[in-house]
Amino acid sequence: MAAVSCMNKMYGVCFHAVRQTAGLKASRLLQHRAFRSSAVHRQQPFDSSLEKPQFPGASAEFVDQLEFIQPNVISGIPVYRVMDRQGNIINPSQDPQLSKETVLNFYQKMTLLNTMDRILYESQRQGRISFYMTNYGEEGTHIGSAAALDPNDLVFGQYREAGVLMYRGFPLDKFMAQCYANADDLGKGRQMPVHYGSRDLNFVTISSPLATQIPQAAGAAYAVKRENINRAVICYFGEGAASEGDAHAGFNFSATLECPLIFFCRNNGYAISTPTNEQYRGDGIAARGPGYGMLSIRVDGNDVFAVYNATKEARRRAVAENQPFLIEAMTYRIGHHSTSDDSSAYRSVDEVNYWDKQDHPISRLRHYMTARGWWSEDDERSWRKQSRKTVMEAFETAERRLKPNPELLFTDVYLEMTPSLEKQRESLWRHVQQYKEHYPLDLYDK
Amino acid sequence: KFKRGTTRKWVWISAGVHSTTLLKLTPSCNSRSKTQRRHAAHFTFQPDPVPTQYGPTQKMNLFQSITSALDNTLASDPTAVIFGEDVAFGGVFRCTVGLRDKYGKDRVFNTPLCEQGIVGFGIGVAVAGATAIAEIQFADYIFPAFDQIVNEAAKYRYRSGNLFDCGNLTIRAPWGCVGHGSLYHSQSPEAFFAHCPGIKIVIPRSPVQAKGLLLSCIADKNPCIFFEPKILYRAAVEQVPVEAYTIPLSQAEVLQEGSDVTLVAWGTQIHVMKEVANMAQEKLGVSCEVIDLQTILPWDIETVCKSVVKTGRLLISHEAPVTGGFAAEISSTVQEECFLNLEAPISRVCGYDTPFPHIFEPFYIPDKWKCFDAIKKMINY
Repeated sequence: MAAVSCMNKMYGVCFHAVRQTAGLKASRLLQHRAFRSSAVHRQQPFDSSLEKPQFPGASAEFVDQLEFIQPNVISGIPVYRVMDRQGNIINPSQDPQLSKETVLNFYQKMTLLNTMDRILYESQRQGRISFYMTNYGEEGTHIGSAAALDPNDLVFGQYREAGVLMYRGFPLDKFMAQCYANADDLGKGRQMPVHYGSRDLNFVTISSPLATQIPQAAGAAYAVKRENINRAVICYFGEGAASEGDAHAGFNFSATLECPLIFFCRNNGYAISTPTNEQYRGDGIAARGPGYGMLSIRVDGNDVFAVYNATKEARRRAVAENQPFLIEAMTYRIGHHSTSDDSSAYRSVDEVNYWDKQDHPISRLRHYMTARGWWSEDDERSWRKQSRKTVMEAFETAERRLKPNPELLFTDVYLEMTPSLEKQRESLWRHVQQYKEHYPLDLYDK
Repeated sequence: KFKRGTTRKWVWISAGVHSTTLLKLTPSCNSRSKTQRRHAAHFTFQPDPVPTQYGPTQKMNLFQSITSALDNTLASDPTAVIFGEDVAFGGVFRCTVGLRDKYGKDRVFNTPLCEQGIVGFGIGVAVAGATAIAEIQFADYIFPAFDQIVNEAAKYRYRSGNLFDCGNLTIRAPWGCVGHGSLYHSQSPEAFFAHCPGIKIVIPRSPVQAKGLLLSCIADKNPCIFFEPKILYRAAVEQVPVEAYTIPLSQAEVLQEGSDVTLVAWGTQIHVMKEVANMAQEKLGVSCEVIDLQTILPWDIETVCKSVVKTGRLLISHEAPVTGGFAAEISSTVQEECFLNLEAPISRVCGYDTPFPHIFEPFYIPDKWKCFDAIKKMINY
């Protein structure tokens, strides 16, 4: 089979990696929403007369030359893109040919996110919120992928995917409310800023531990598969989180259990201060996919159309074929890791400037738009003014709002309030009554 | 060609041409010498009276009562799925026998060998609205999943402001000493999890309890860990209701009333305590009140304290090591609530602060003699 020669080149040109399912014809692969857990890897009947490996663990072919497979990290898996760095379409067949309205919406969402980031980052510097994480440089990965999904698709994120939520329509008020942990926060003020969540928009609440969402996404996708509806799950994570054991678990489970799931890795070059050459030694994250039996692709994350096309196709096939897809979106983290980080300690300003000036998802899309006469200098000016205004309005509202009632410290630990917690709540209430001048009660809702 | 020795226990399985016995019997091996004899169990399982309020019953051991609970669940809840290592063929303790054939490969399935994956996957299934029943092969192997349990499952509802939760998740694991389990097949890790608000921990003493408590855990809208005393899987046999029924969580059960000492335990140790209560009555004339805690978290503080107020003496016993074991939590709370009622210091008869040993198990476990001796000391304080 073609499978044999492909094996040795596994780390080379696996752009069109075919799933190695022994004995299955192509038609079986497209069997609509079938449960194939019994069909896949069914062992060939035991026949020791053949000079072929009979091991249950792997079949392939015998070879009598001692040769280690060379991991190919120099040329590696190629990067799929639609636009060049100046926003020109390279291969017209790859232009998704989205409507002007859609493309303008992409642009406006990316820039609105950028504006919100600037204002909230600044507000942390001024001591108004406790913490913030920007999305600078990665806006394309958020908007391109979010646009390719159905609104019903379930999203598991890490912490740098605010654009996905913004694209889906999460209001600025709610972003701000969560960052300010005020009484309007859907999360009831329990988590640090940027730990957003929205049941209505199918965006599972962010948690700080990294990669924990990856096996969870596999489980959710499995449950969704059993519902037999047109619904997918997407799971975002960074290249650093991909080193966690949970990532390995999630990849393996989703492939073995045949889950309709898109793994979307934002490879932005750094995990706080740790560059990729200290994070992994192989060919990034995309090269790991085939190891799990997963279809994988590497894309230019700063090319919103490349991200869109890859995600769209992955979603279509994940749902139709009940298998996971791995998309590694190459990008660059222009901002610091968070407000607790100063990245000049571990990278040069020149490096950052290159990405900001020469390869930015927002500029590249703007060039595409201006080339078609869809966006002018005037449009740019008035949009900047308008988006800044709406962000500032939301900001000022959020800042004025009181914090949630301290009673909410004790609820939602379990669905029901337990007697023990009730006692603790009463104990705090009595204490605060007696020592009220030492507690900032004025800032909280009654 | 194989020669599998099932009737002749000392034959090696040989796939070669010669099917000879490699290990010859020596005359002294025919009868078990003193050093060869393995000890009998440290307790006698005491079945409860046949329950009459839940409909017709059937003789079942503990693993069969678990199967029955899972069967009821898969029948009534179309979203329910059971997964873990080796559950497809029936499980290493036969808890899932027959379920895959009856309910389908998509509902009862093996996962790769990865506990953090099993629990993480289970959380995801639950978050998506389906009922997830995850099996960890031995409680000793639950630790890779500790992060997913403590940082994720327990906190899902709280951190999301009740937008999301994984209340549909139940984790099951075989638990406790088994006579020869040693370090990694004997552990009772409930204390590690008791420190984690947001999950529930439940440990049954018998088949009837197990089925009712497991069904309660599955129905409960909070993530639950259900530890199953493995030494009771075959040894504990009762008449168990065939239909589904629930036993409430967080309600300790007073198994027998007494006036002099309160004995608190859970799981296998309950059967030790029942014997201890008899010994105390016969040899010391001491009347013991035996309480099965059942739910470790959130635990029934009221029932235990009410009992100690009456008796003035408390003995808590568990196999897990004494330092930081759950007896410490009970002891601390009871002395806060019942200080003036206490006639003697609260006694904890637990495992030593060592890993669970193999050949020293008979010395390690909190057996009835150690508990008896502790009662003696409390009475004479």
